[in-house]
Amino acid sequence: MSLAVQLPGLELKNPVMPASGCFGFGKEYSQFYDLDKLGAIIVKAATGEARYGNPTPRVAETESGMLNAIGLQNPGVETIVKEELPFLRPFHTPVIANVAGSTVEEYVYVAKTLNKSDDISALELNISCPNVKEGGVQFGTDPELAKEVTYKVKEASDYPVYVKLSPNVSNITAMAKAVADAGADGLSMINTLTGMQINLKQRKPIIANQTGGLSGPAIKPIAIRMIYEVKQALDIPIIGMGGIMTAEDVLEFLLAGANAVAVGTANFQNPLACPEIIQQLPETLKKYGFRSVEEAIGKGHEG
Amino acid sequence: MISKQMLNIESHIKIAEDTFEVVLPLPDEIELKPGQFVHIALKGHMLRRPVSVADVDKEANTFTIIFKIFGEGTLALSKYRAGESLDVILPCGSFYPIENINVNHALIVGGGIGVPPLYYLGKQLKEKGVKVTSVLGFQSGSQVFYEDKFRALGDTFVATNDGSYGHKGFVTDIIKDLNKPIDYYFSCGPTPMLQAVTKQLEKEKGYISLEERMGCGVGTCYACVIPLRENPKQSKKICKDGPVFYANEVILS
Repeated sequence: MSLAVQLPGLELKNPVMPASGCFGFGKEYSQFYDLDKLGAIIVKAATGEARYGNPTPRVAETESGMLNAIGLQNPGVETIVKEELPFLRPFHTPVIANVAGSTVEEYVYVAKTLNKSDDISALELNISCPNVKEGGVQFGTDPELAKEVTYKVKEASDYPVYVKLSPNVSNITAMAKAVADAGADGLSMINTLTGMQINLKQRKPIIANQTGGLSGPAIKPIAIRMIYEVKQALDIPIIGMGGIMTAEDVLEFLLAGANAVAVGTANFQNPLACPEIIQQLPETLKKYGFRSVEEAIGKGHEG
Repeated sequence: MISKQMLNIESHIKIAEDTFEVVLPLPDEIELKPGQFVHIALKGHMLRRPVSVADVDKEANTFTIIFKIFGEGTLALSKYRAGESLDVILPCGSFYPIENINVNHALIVGGGIGVPPLYYLGKQLKEKGVKVTSVLGFQSGSQVFYEDKFRALGDTFVATNDGSYGHKGFVTDIIKDLNKPIDYYFSCGPTPMLQAVTKQLEKEKGYISLEERMGCGVGTCYACVIPLRENPKQSKKICKDGPVFYANEVILS
């Protein structure tokens, strides 16, 4: 059975890739399995300069999910290009770099720096991180800002650009249209939902940043709904994500309209989540009457 | 090499108030060193729970973990029984570098659920011929465990916060009166205790091990970081660079 999927700039042997921020730059999980098994790898966000992130605690477990407020900690885009990306060179798996910033200029700088690297195949434009004070999510909640930053990053980069949308908006289709108008090659959706958890004994939020991004199975129905809505309104490739734990979940995202999927939180519970899902995918597709991944994409819209 | 294993619980017993000792088989080709932890998945929980290694029995090919009920995860772990299997990632994190240091007399300072990794450490130190003095602190007498095992390693002093057992007060009260020359100290326990101990023993060489809420437990997610003294803007990962650090390397807060 063919699991292959073609997306702008990406020839994927299967549609499953680890999500940004849940896989570092690949080294740690390469101890558990051969990264060649993956469809692609989305590496951790890069900013213009090194970022040191938020105070701890940065994570909290919730019912069917988790909150995180890491704060985009990363060594800066130049260090990532020089010291992190070369590790992934020997693998036959396309790498998608995640671009973050506080200003349009910073996004452009990161995209330009990544443009010099031959170790990547596409960019994921992160306009949706809810955990940093400046930048990030405001670009993801205002269609005009989203359009501007997408346009400028497209101009600065020769790589295809997938814009990662925030679910913390009332009209996801308007955001999708705005970035598509600005030339986005694809969408990546959804990022985390802003949430909070309060410790009863301490009478204060568990996460030092107070709020964090909710991920995991708790947000899957929201991701499915948003992808479904965008797919109805627009013809643009989508990398779907939000609480994927099983091959059945992957199929649900495909039916909603995703062309490929990213697995995030599940990696923390099970370091082998991605290869196990990939292994189970052919059987699951067959069980529901599909002969390939391509055949299942968008099939939730007929009927 | 780190790996994910399904391990059948050999024994699961309560050893003090809310405190449990679990013995698991040690998989072939896995070496666990003092200070390292294992990362345990629990049914119905999204995140794993890190638990430090309290002992390794090389003849029986088993290892021991000890944990105390603090929240939902440890409560769930307390309900497992012998014969059930646990999904465990191991070995995780750094270890006390006792093979690379010259030590004749070690001071072990443990507080509460920070005591377990120090037992495995103390045992290895004694096997190397190192003199071991242990100072253990607990909240109250009902929570004291492994006192006899530590006594078998060397002089052992116990303090309880409420005075219901041993010395009434803190580990630092006992350390103050020890008056014995030591080469290195090794400490693990709640942050306020580690702050007090590292300050009191500022002039001594020492290693501490830390805990924090973790995400992945293997170094990818940057959830469990600790700032460095030489540049507080920079940090290390407790799960991968730690949990063992040189005592004056990190900022405890």
